[in-house]
Amino acid sequence: MMDEIASHIMDIVANSLTAGAHNISVLIEKDNEGPLFILDIKDDGVGMDSETAKKVQDPFFSTKTGRKVGLGIPLLKGTAETTGGTFSLTSEPGRGTRIRVAFNAGHPDLPPLGNLKDTILVLAVGNPEVNFLFTYKDSSREFVLDTAEVKELLGGVPINHPEVISFLSKYLDEHL
Amino acid sequence: MNLEELKKIREKAQKDVELRQKQARIRVVVGMGTSGIASGAREVLKTFVEEIGRRNLTDVVVTQTGEKGLASREPMVEVFEEGKPVVVYGSMDPERSKRVVVEHIVNGNPVSEYAIEVM
Repeated sequence: MMDEIASHIMDIVANSLTAGAHNISVLIEKDNEGPLFILDIKDDGVGMDSETAKKVQDPFFSTKTGRKVGLGIPLLKGTAETTGGTFSLTSEPGRGTRIRVAFNAGHPDLPPLGNLKDTILVLAVGNPEVNFLFTYKDSSREFVLDTAEVKELLGGVPINHPEVISFLSKYLDEHL
Repeated sequence: MNLEELKKIREKAQKDVELRQKQARIRVVVGMGTSGIASGAREVLKTFVEEIGRRNLTDVVVTQTGEKGLASREPMVEVFEEGKPVVVYGSMDPERSKRVVVEHIVNGNPVSEYAIEVM
């Protein structure tokens, strides 16, 4: 089981990376007072046909086929449904995949959000060739980090340059 | 602190980027499949990334990859160094990662007690 929502994010994004995505967006939207807690992850990877999209949601499908997608999708779906929330996966071959989850934030079985900062940092610098758009919204604030913008500001300096890593780590501490 | 400050880094770092060959001297690859993530691969990747940043190791690149296929030894880390065998470390955690940075990456001595495969 995943003990944090942030670990779920890491895992779903790992699928997007395996699918060859160049652009991945991760949106987290929380209502501090109410039950709204949305996680929306979109990629422009290879996508899946409807049969495969159905199969990757089944935890018992994986062992026999040696598929490349791990257990991350069924685990996330399980977490969503345990909290009384909803899970949807839409995918189109050649276009990409989108996973949208609505958790019921008031449910006692909902794992904590966890360490979102480290998740964003390691994804951004561990996959320098991929553009990430991270958005975190709650009732009081909104945080957006677009790594395409970061790269543009950096010119030819790679996003995984030591000084950039240190900068991003501090930047996330301050703003997220 | 705002993103515009990246431009300063850009000016400062441009020189060593030019000096730095296209190919990094050492590549550290952390396996980030479901079982790796569940057993702490993010913390391992973060430790490598931060240690490399803190020590300003401009010739080392840290990246992530998918499942490595040996769930019982996750989190796993591969260290690629030009002209040397690839060392695969298993059951990594932040403390072990720090030791690998110091002993293997900085000083060139692989940590044999954590290595599970040398290819």
